Amino acid sequence: MTEGYGAISRRDVLKTGAAGAAIAGSIGPGQAALAQPDPAAPPRAAVGLKVNGQAVRLDLDTRTTLLDALREHVKLTGTKKGCDHGQCGACTVIVNGRRINSCLTLAVMHEGDEVTTIEGLGTPESLHPMQAAFVEHDGYQCGYCTPGQICSAVAVLEEIRAGIPSHVTADVSKPAPMTTVEMRERMSGNICRCGAYSNIAEAMADVAGVKA
Amino acid sequence: MKFDKPAGTNPIDRMAVVGRPTPRIDGPLKVSGKAPYAYEQQDVPGKPAYGYILGSAVAKGTISAIDTTRAERAPGVLSVVTHRNAGKLGKGRMNTAHLLAGPKVEHYHQAVAVVVAETFEQARAAASLINVDYARESGAFDLAAARAGAKDATGSDAPTSVGDFAGAFASAGVQLDQTYTTPDQSHAMMEPHATIAAWEGDSLTIWTSNQMINWGVKELAATLQMPPEKVRLISPYIGGGFGGKLFLRTDAVMAALSARAVKRPVKVALQRPLIPNNTTHRPATIQRIRIGCGSDGRITAIGHESWSGDLEGGGPEAATQQTKLLYAGANRMTALRLAVLDLPEGNAMRAPGEAPGLMALEVAMDEMAEKLGMDPVAFRVVNDTQVDPEDPSRPFSQRNLVRCLEEGARRFGWNRRKAPGQGREGRWLVGMGVAAAFRNNINGKSGARVRLDRAGGVTVETDMTDIGTGTYTIIAQTAAEMLGVPLAKVTVKLGDSAFPVSAGSGGQWGANSSTSGVYAACVKLRDMVVGKLGFGPGDAQFEGGQVRVGNRVADIADAAKGGELVAEDTMEYGDLAKTFQQSTFGAHFVEAAVDRYTGETRIRRMLAVCAAGRILNPISARSQVIGAMTMGVGGALMEELAVDKRFGFFVNHDLAGYEVPVHMDIPHQDVVFLDEADDKVSPMKAKGVGELGLCGVGAAVANAVYNATGIRVREYPLTLDKYLDRLGEVA
Amino acid sequence: MRPFTYEKATSAQDAAAKAAAMPGARFIAGGTNLLDLMKLEIETPSHLIDVNGLGLDRIEEIDGGGLRIGALVRNTDLAADQRVRKDYAVLTRALVAGASGQLRNKATTAGNLLQRTRCPYFYDTNMPCNKRKPGSGCAALGGFSRQLGVIGTSDACIATHPSDMAVAMRVLDASVETIRPDGTTRAIPIAEFHTLPGETPHIETALEKGEMIISVALPRPRGGTHIYRKVRDRASYAFALVSVAAVIQRDGKGAVALGGVAPKPWRVEEAEALLPQGPKAVADRLFAGARPREDNAFKLTLAQRTIASVMAEAKA
Repeated sequence: MTEGYGAISRRDVLKTGAAGAAIAGSIGPGQAALAQPDPAAPPRAAVGLKVNGQAVRLDLDTRTTLLDALREHVKLTGTKKGCDHGQCGACTVIVNGRRINSCLTLAVMHEGDEVTTIEGLGTPESLHPMQAAFVEHDGYQCGYCTPGQICSAVAVLEEIRAGIPSHVTADVSKPAPMTTVEMRERMSGNICRCGAYSNIAEAMADVAGVKA
Repeated sequence: MKFDKPAGTNPIDRMAVVGRPTPRIDGPLKVSGKAPYAYEQQDVPGKPAYGYILGSAVAKGTISAIDTTRAERAPGVLSVVTHRNAGKLGKGRMNTAHLLAGPKVEHYHQAVAVVVAETFEQARAAASLINVDYARESGAFDLAAARAGAKDATGSDAPTSVGDFAGAFASAGVQLDQTYTTPDQSHAMMEPHATIAAWEGDSLTIWTSNQMINWGVKELAATLQMPPEKVRLISPYIGGGFGGKLFLRTDAVMAALSARAVKRPVKVALQRPLIPNNTTHRPATIQRIRIGCGSDGRITAIGHESWSGDLEGGGPEAATQQTKLLYAGANRMTALRLAVLDLPEGNAMRAPGEAPGLMALEVAMDEMAEKLGMDPVAFRVVNDTQVDPEDPSRPFSQRNLVRCLEEGARRFGWNRRKAPGQGREGRWLVGMGVAAAFRNNINGKSGARVRLDRAGGVTVETDMTDIGTGTYTIIAQTAAEMLGVPLAKVTVKLGDSAFPVSAGSGGQWGANSSTSGVYAACVKLRDMVVGKLGFGPGDAQFEGGQVRVGNRVADIADAAKGGELVAEDTMEYGDLAKTFQQSTFGAHFVEAAVDRYTGETRIRRMLAVCAAGRILNPISARSQVIGAMTMGVGGALMEELAVDKRFGFFVNHDLAGYEVPVHMDIPHQDVVFLDEADDKVSPMKAKGVGELGLCGVGAAVANAVYNATGIRVREYPLTLDKYLDRLGEVA
Repeated sequence: MRPFTYEKATSAQDAAAKAAAMPGARFIAGGTNLLDLMKLEIETPSHLIDVNGLGLDRIEEIDGGGLRIGALVRNTDLAADQRVRKDYAVLTRALVAGASGQLRNKATTAGNLLQRTRCPYFYDTNMPCNKRKPGSGCAALGGFSRQLGVIGTSDACIATHPSDMAVAMRVLDASVETIRPDGTTRAIPIAEFHTLPGETPHIETALEKGEMIISVALPRPRGGTHIYRKVRDRASYAFALVSVAAVIQRDGKGAVALGGVAPKPWRVEEAEALLPQGPKAVADRLFAGARPREDNAFKLTLAQRTIASVMAEAKA
């Protein structure tokens, strides 16, 4: 059986572009290939958000993610872009009480939504208890994943209190217990390459009032 | 100031501020999202346009044609920069490959073009409208295949030999000869490489994310072929580096070229999927270790060879470094061999050399201990040395490896360790492992400027960086200690090439070197203060915001009544590092559990005991170590850039494919610092811990997995597929 | 990401009709997979129909037993639903084994079923991929295939379906309920919902053009011990090397489906009859005709051992 690409000829001319212009194009049935780029400006849409309690009205390219809307348009740069593909959690914000990856949602899909970013939790002068616990327990190093960790941590404690089960909940028919193992599992969508996990667990346990 | 003889008593020894657990002074900014990283700087002259990078689709070859017309016509596009219109570019001394491809392509995802547009969305969309034709060439992408053709490294990496290794090994009563492999690894720092560039006339300012400000200035100037005086580099907050931001990278060059092309500031962040192939990585190694012992467990022969690959003109992964110094033994050899590979550029990643080197050596030591029937801790203790084994006339400045091992064993409950394969708790096989940690201390010339204002406030300025290491805080502690002012009176400004040149962040030299530079500037400022106050000669005490000489006392602020006092100095080093071998030591202990059905490994307990001189801030030093331990778990269990040997690239080039540890992988971690002060290294008497914390962790995990399962795996990472078939029958 | 126009759907049928009529139209719900792929131009819709807000986010009891899960129920809400936790625990367990808390808060039931493979060559647009670009070839064959499929694959594609949820739904005999552009509805058994690649790996489901998932129906609870065992390199936030969903009854009989091994949740009913004979018999039947690659042959061993683990857990 030939395996197509097992061997490559010595001077194999490959024609491609960023998205593999020569090999991309139409994907499959039901998806029309896009015509030549329209010289007109790309489609825009208006959206109204409530960011940290403040009404914000934006007119955006429809392609703008909630993350880029916050960082590049509202100029709230506390929410970080680590991967832009939902693989790191640095962009975590709380929307209508739930934490989400702001990189994987379009801003225009959030009409009327209440968005809480790290800036909305507290300020350097008046820190949220979770922010203060991160400082006290050194739950960070470079600080880049930190806003996402903190937004997630705040939401995780709420999720446990609400009884939402997790992968480590022994009996899913019962409410999940407030333990550091539950916290660790639920925080696993927030990568910290500096490796502050052990300290973050202690900060969260402190805020939750349980033993680390 | 020159440090050329051991430090006597100095103001740091009071340790009223230095050495005290001190929360980060930049903490409130970081936890509230107010610390601005490179891409977020708002004080840029003009509204930046957005750049989006197109990476090469082939690993090696030539760009035969490149058509940017569709991209240029796309909405919002201001310019497309490629090798055809970028102008003549040089190359930084420390870059192996060029930062803009064309017509030659040197590695996969090497930057081919940058599209500049009014918005990020427009730049991204237009980048896919560029058509590139490549003439692909075949390349060497397989280290194992290239091993035979590898050449001995040269210079400081050249082979070493003492005594008669071959003879002693051949005649040793107990022999070990094993080969280990470590994979290519990615720094995977959370903040992508990012830059905003702005030109004013022929002067360039870049806000970027770089560990080494002064290197960055020189390398960018060399690449753009402009005078370094015209380049300003600002990098106050850095979202992780681990060596991946030591060097000038393409984000800075592309931003600068783009900003010149469109005559306004441009911001560029490397897209995450480009990072593993576009930037540097830790090269894979193949390591052969031979150890010969007498039946008393003393090493008579030790040999370590390592093969690694890099692009033409690159360097080896110096995995044998620690083997020159860690254990006694009269007959010894090391050799680094370098093959030319056409994979992306290899370079330093946290503890280059020692990290992969100890992943092999400390497993070999575990295997040898078992052959000898000795406890692995005792085997290492027996082979301790207090002098450089290659040159016994050089003592270690301070070496407490044995205490680290013994203290760690006691705290960890090492005596409860069972024979291999005997620890069992339900479905879990449980075991303990140990490894020595070792990393050389390096001091770097480092400067600082210290200002005293009328209100008694102190400002320190240095181009030193804080990459999460806690530099802001230890520099403030140093200045507060030296000048006898409260920490809150000290402002620290970092990461700006307008400030004095520092050692930068790398090689775990940052803390000791940069604070020593601040020490030197503070000594100068103290003299100026005493002079301004008109106090005669005598031993000045700076304490509680006051200055005291004999019975004369004044507020330190009084010295600046007539205007701000500014002192600047640089700490330089004499020959003490030649007279004394300066190194840091530690011991890592790990308890691991392996699922007997599936082979999944979970780390249950971790302890590090470190001997690294004076610990300037136990909070941030501990964080450095736990973070390194976490990275070590990743290296042991999951991290591997998978090489496609046909196309010549790292396949798993994002954070979903390249797995690093998550919260759930890491248990509570314990760290103990021995109470030390090394007067041979600097007036701070400190060494580094940030890399020490990683050195040996992987081996301690591997040894714990062996102890749990009785199965030895010599190829990292220890993923379950490598031993599943040896785990024993399950019904 | 290519430019697109955006609208909020007003009704399911309207959405389906528009999706059928407009070239390049796609539904968007949670967006967690679609936007990821749009950023890389693996997906290139020119029009997005936002189907959030159609009231499809409820879980209702079916007369005579069973649950009807709205297509837009978020993964978190489905996992946390008391009825699911009590009667379909394997589904809760599968859901919480997937992705991260943030993603589960956004990802929907329908979107989870429709998510696309994580094959690295599918994700790298410089590489040939028959799924992304029919006829271009498969770079995964002969490439890095550790994560990829061992059975149900073809010479054109060895990708796996990445869902955990779908594996549990397969073991529960769920059915996928849809509306078509003409307003007619149908129920597709989950076994027939995902298709094998064959020569056409770009076709992944039985859905017709414009057809929209409305809900997923679970049949009456079956009791038994519910287990979802997911094996991966790191402890969380990773796709499965192998996963096993099982509902095992007291008498040792039961249902088993596997994730991480095939282009769809892998279940072979005949294999289940062999449960009393032990994991080897079950695995041998499940993987009869398997075509592993050098990099992923371990999945056969791992699958058998994971089944053994699940059977031991069910007995305990």
